[in-house]
Amino acid sequence: MSPSDAPILSLEKVTKTFPGVRALSEVSIDLYPGKVTALVGENGAGKSTVVKTLTGIYQPDGGEIRVDGVPVHFPTPQSAENAGVTAIHQETVLFDELSVAENIFLGHAPKGRSGLIDTHAMHQGAKEILDGLGAKIDPRAILKDLGTANKHLVAISRALSVDARVVIMDEPTAALSHAEIEELYELVDGLKAQGKAILFISHKFDEIFRIADNYTVFRDGQMVGDGAIADVTEAELVKMMVGRDVSQIFPERDRNLGAEVLNVTGYDHPTEFADIGFTLKRGEILGFYGLVGAGRSEFMQALFGTTKPSAGSVRVDGAEATIRSPADAVSHGIVYVPEDRGKQGAIVDLPIFQNVTLPSLKQTSRKGFLKMAEEFKLAREYTERLDLRAASLDTHVGSLSGGNQQKVVIAKWLATEPKVIILDEPTKGIDIGSKAAVHEFMAELAAQGLAVIMVSSEIPEIVGMSDRVIIMREGRIAAELSREDICPEVLVSHAAGITEATA
Amino acid sequence: MTKLLASREALLMLAIAVLLGIIAWRFPAFVAPSNLFSVFNDTSPLILLAIGQMIVILTKCIDLSVAANLALTGMVVSLINIAAPGLSVFFIVLIAIGFGTLLGMFNGILVWKLAIPPIVVTLGTMTIFRGIIFLLTEGKWVNSHEMSDSFKSVPRTDLLGLPILSWIAISAVILFTIVMTRTSLGRAFYAAGGNPHAATYAGINVGKTQFWAFTISGAIAGLTGYLWVSRFAVAYVDVAAGFELTVVAACVIGGVSIMGGIGTVFGALLGALFLGIIANALPVVNISPFAQMAISGGAIIIAVILNAQANRTPGRIILKKAEHAT
Amino acid sequence: MNTRSIPDRLQSPLERKLKSWESLLLLVAIGIFVANSFASPYFLNAWNLSDATFNFTEKAMIAFAMALLIISGEIDLSVASIIALASTAMGAAAQVGIGTEGLVLIGLATGLVCGAFNGVLVTALGLPSIVVTIGTMSLFRGISFIILGDQAYRGYPSDFAFFGQGYVWWVISFEFVLFAIIAVIYGVFLHMTNFGRTVYAIGNNPTGALFSGIRVGRVKFILFLLTGLMSGIAAICLTSRLGSTRPSIATGWELEIVTMVVLGGVNILGGSGSIPGVVIAAFVMGLVTFGLGLLNVPGIVMSIVIGGLLISVIALPRLWTMWSAR
Repeated sequence: MSPSDAPILSLEKVTKTFPGVRALSEVSIDLYPGKVTALVGENGAGKSTVVKTLTGIYQPDGGEIRVDGVPVHFPTPQSAENAGVTAIHQETVLFDELSVAENIFLGHAPKGRSGLIDTHAMHQGAKEILDGLGAKIDPRAILKDLGTANKHLVAISRALSVDARVVIMDEPTAALSHAEIEELYELVDGLKAQGKAILFISHKFDEIFRIADNYTVFRDGQMVGDGAIADVTEAELVKMMVGRDVSQIFPERDRNLGAEVLNVTGYDHPTEFADIGFTLKRGEILGFYGLVGAGRSEFMQALFGTTKPSAGSVRVDGAEATIRSPADAVSHGIVYVPEDRGKQGAIVDLPIFQNVTLPSLKQTSRKGFLKMAEEFKLAREYTERLDLRAASLDTHVGSLSGGNQQKVVIAKWLATEPKVIILDEPTKGIDIGSKAAVHEFMAELAAQGLAVIMVSSEIPEIVGMSDRVIIMREGRIAAELSREDICPEVLVSHAAGITEATA
Repeated sequence: MTKLLASREALLMLAIAVLLGIIAWRFPAFVAPSNLFSVFNDTSPLILLAIGQMIVILTKCIDLSVAANLALTGMVVSLINIAAPGLSVFFIVLIAIGFGTLLGMFNGILVWKLAIPPIVVTLGTMTIFRGIIFLLTEGKWVNSHEMSDSFKSVPRTDLLGLPILSWIAISAVILFTIVMTRTSLGRAFYAAGGNPHAATYAGINVGKTQFWAFTISGAIAGLTGYLWVSRFAVAYVDVAAGFELTVVAACVIGGVSIMGGIGTVFGALLGALFLGIIANALPVVNISPFAQMAISGGAIIIAVILNAQANRTPGRIILKKAEHAT
Repeated sequence: MNTRSIPDRLQSPLERKLKSWESLLLLVAIGIFVANSFASPYFLNAWNLSDATFNFTEKAMIAFAMALLIISGEIDLSVASIIALASTAMGAAAQVGIGTEGLVLIGLATGLVCGAFNGVLVTALGLPSIVVTIGTMSLFRGISFIILGDQAYRGYPSDFAFFGQGYVWWVISFEFVLFAIIAVIYGVFLHMTNFGRTVYAIGNNPTGALFSGIRVGRVKFILFLLTGLMSGIAAICLTSRLGSTRPSIATGWELEIVTMVVLGGVNILGGSGSIPGVVIAAFVMGLVTFGLGLLNVPGIVMSIVIGGLLISVIALPRLWTMWSAR
C-alpha cells in the first residue's frame, strides 16, 4: 500500500444521538487524498450530522475521528479548521454587515506584527482566492450588496481560505446556475489535483456521477453501502438510499376538472417576479416548476398576501378578490403550505390541536370564547384524516417528525375548508413513507374538488402529480405545459432557458 | 463616495451641523471653539458609556446596569479615597476599572452560562448595584470636602488645552475604533450579533463574545464612575439615575441597530454628541431645560425610523430587468 | 388507511397546573406571608394589610396589559411616562375647573392616545418596540416636564379622591376591587378567548402566526392600546391617591412592572406566561415591600430583594437542571 492510498480522514463507528433520535449509528467513512467521496442519502439520513461532526459543531457520542490514522477531537469549529478540515455549509454561514474579505477570513484573519488584523493582506488574500474561482467580486464590498450566487462564491472562498486537506461540500450547487456549476466542477478537479480529500454531499445523481470517485450511502443514520462510483449504477444507489426498489409510484386518479376557481392576471413585483397570469380549475393539480430562486415561492407568497405585488388582480370563483394579508387570502379560500415548516408553517412550541384550530378559531368558539372540546374535535377529525402519528393532541408540534409536522400544517388548512391549496415543496425533507402519503392525499383532495397548486423542484413529483405545469425562470413564466407534454427534458430545458432543446 | 454620503454617520453629521448652524445663527457664542470644547468635555462620560453600550447592543444584548455600575463604582472609589486619602489616583483609576469589570463580568456570566435574557439580567443587577450603594453608606452622601484634592482634580487637569476627561474620551474613541475594526474580538462582536447561527459555524462562541461585551461595558462604566464622582465631587445612591436610557438613546441615534450586528464607534460618538449639544444648547437658546427630555425622546424616535428605512430590504432580486429591456 | 385514535391529552390539566411556575410562586408568597407574620406583630392587621395593597395595585393593573404585550413578543417601557402625561393632562384640566367625570375621561383618553402612538410606530412602521418605547418614555414624560417644569398641579375636585383613597366596604379599597376586576377580565381575556390564543401564537412565532392568517399587526396594536389604557387608569388612581401631579410621578415604575411580569413567569422573549402568575407576583412584591417596611428596612434595600428575586427565580431552575445533569 503506497502512502497516498491511506485515508487522510476517517470516521470509525461514529454514533451521535439527540433526545429521542439516533442521528448516526456506528457510521464509518474514509476520505482519501485526491479523491472525491460522494455522501448520498435521503433527507434526514444523517448527512448534515456528519458534516457538523466533522467540523466541530457536534461532538460524537461514540466512535472516533482519525486524521492520518491518529484519533482526534474537534471540540470547536476552530479545532477542526486547525486540523485541516473545512466545509462549505448548506446554510450560508455569512454576515451581511461585514465586507467580503472579512467574511472569508473571519476567525483566521491575517495579523500584522502589532497583533492587529492586517487589512491589506486580508484584501489581497481574498482577491487571490476570488480570482482563483473566477469570481469578479470586490473584497471590500459589503456582503449584503451581493446577489445570491455571489454570496455562495464567498462561502466557497471562505472554505478555501483555510489551508485545508479535507474539503466538505454540503449541497454546494443548490443555489448555482448551470454555468456556475460547471465552474464548481473545475474547482473540484483543481482541488483533487492538489491532493485534497473531498466529501461531496448531494442528492443530484448527475453531479455525483460527474465528479465523484467513491460513494457512501446513508439511510436512517446508518451506512448501508460504499464503494467506487465506477462499480455502481444510479438504480443501485437509489435502491440503497431508500431500502427498496422504487420507481416512485404516484397515485392513479380520475381527472374530473370542474369550473374555474382561480384566475390570476398580471401579477408584478418590483424585484421578484413579473407578469404572472394563469387559471386553475376545481379538481386540478397545477405544478409550478423552476430552478431554486426562480421566483415561485415569492409569487406564491404574494398570492397569499404576505408580500405586496405592485400590480395584478385575482378572481376567485369569478369574483374580484383583494388580498393584502394572509387573513384576506384565507377568507377567500386560498391557503398556503410553506416550504419553511418550522418558521412559517407550524408554531412548533404550541400543541398540535392549537396549531390546527388557529385559523378556524371562529368556528370552534362561541362569541370569541374558546371551546376546548370543539377544538379537540376539529383537530382530531383532520389529523386522523391525514393519519398523523403523535402521542397526544396536546403534544408540541416541535416534537414531531418533519412528515408529521407537515401533516399538522395541511390539517390546519383543510379545517378551513379552502378552495385553493398551495403546497410549496410539500415533500421536501420528509421520509419516503410520508411522501407517498402526501401524494396520495393530494390526489384525494383534488378528487374532492379542491384546486391544488404544487410548487416542486423534484421532477418525478411534477411529472407524476401534475395535470398542468407552469415553468418559471428568473421571475417570469417561461412555459406552460399541458399533461401530454410534460416530460423531464422539456421541464429542465425551459427552467434553464435552453430553448434549442424544445425544438 | 455616494455610499459614504448615504451612510448613517454622514446623515448624523449633517444633522449635527444643521443643529449647530441653527444655534449659531441666533447665538454665535455657542459655536466658539472654547464653548464647543466644553460641550465635548461635558459629553465625555456619555461618549464613554455609549461606546460600551454599543458593543453590548452589537451582540444582540442590552446593558441597563451601566448607570448603576457607574454609581456603585464611583461610591466604592470615593469610600476608598476617604479611607486612604494618600492612595494615588493611578490606583484609584485601576480599582475603578477593575471593579467595574467585575460587575460587567457578573452580568456577562449570567447571560453566557445561564442564558438569562440580558434585559432581565441587567434590570436585576441595576437595582442590586444601587441597593448595594445604600448598604455601603446607609444613604449618606460623600461630599466634596471628604474627597482628597488629587482625587477631584485629575479629570479637570488641563493637558494641551483640554481637560484630561476629554482626552480619556478621545483615547477611548481611538482605542475602540481600532479594537472594533482591527481585532478578531472586535469583528466577533459584529458576527455574533449579525448572525449568531453562522457565527457558531465560523468558530465563534456567541455566549462568550457576549460575556466580553458586558465585561468591556462594565470596565468603561467603572472608569466613568470615578470620572463622574470626581468631576461633580459628590457620590450618592442616585448618581446618574436613569442615565442608562440616555446611553441607549445615544446609541440608537448613532445608528446602532437594537437587533444587533450594526453600529460603529464613530456613530456612538456622534449620537452622544448630538444629545450633548442639545443638552448644552437649551439654556443658551432660552428653551427651558425641562424640554430636553422631550427633545431627546423625539430624536430617538426619528433616529429609529431613519435607521429602519436605511436597513429595509427590498426583497430578493430575481428579475433581470436588463435582459428584457431591449 | 388505518385510523388510530390520538388521545387529547396525556397529562391532566390539574397535574400540569400543580407542576407549574405559578404553584412554585404561590408557595413563595405563602412563605413570605408566614415569615412576615412572625417577623412583625403589626403584619396581621386588616388595615395594615389593606394599606399594603396600594404598593402593587396600580402597578399590577398595568402589569396585566404588559403581560399580554410581552407574551406577544413586544414590550412597552413608556408606561410610567404615560402615567405622568395622563396625570399632567388631568391636572391641567382640573385647573380650569373640569369635574371628576371629565378628568377620568381625559386620563383614559391620554392613555389611549399614547398607546396608539406606540402601536402605530411598532406595527405600521415595523420598528422594534424596545427602542420606540425608550423614545416615547422620554417624549411623554418630557411633555409633562415642559408643561409643569418644577411645579405641581393640586386642587383636584374632592370627589376625585375616591379612586385612590376610597373604600368600597370595610378595609376593601376601591383600588383593590378595581385590581381584582381587571385581573379577572385579563385572565379571561388571555386564557379563554380566541384573542388570547392568537397572542400566544404571535409570541411563539410571529411569522407562523401571520402565515396562519392572523392579523398580527392589528393584534399588537390592540395590545399597545390596552397598555396605554391601563396606564391611564393607573394614572387616575395614583393621581387621586397622591392628590397632586408632578412630572416625576411614577418614575421607574416601568422597570418594576416588567419585573412583576417576569417574576410572574412570563417569558421575556414572548410566547408563554399567565395572568394568575402575574397576580401572585404582584402579591409577592407587595408583601416583600410591606414586610420589609414594617421592619423599617428602607425602600432601596427592598429593590435589592426584588432585583435578586428577578434574577434568582430564573437562574435557580436553570442552575438546578445544570447540576442535576452532571
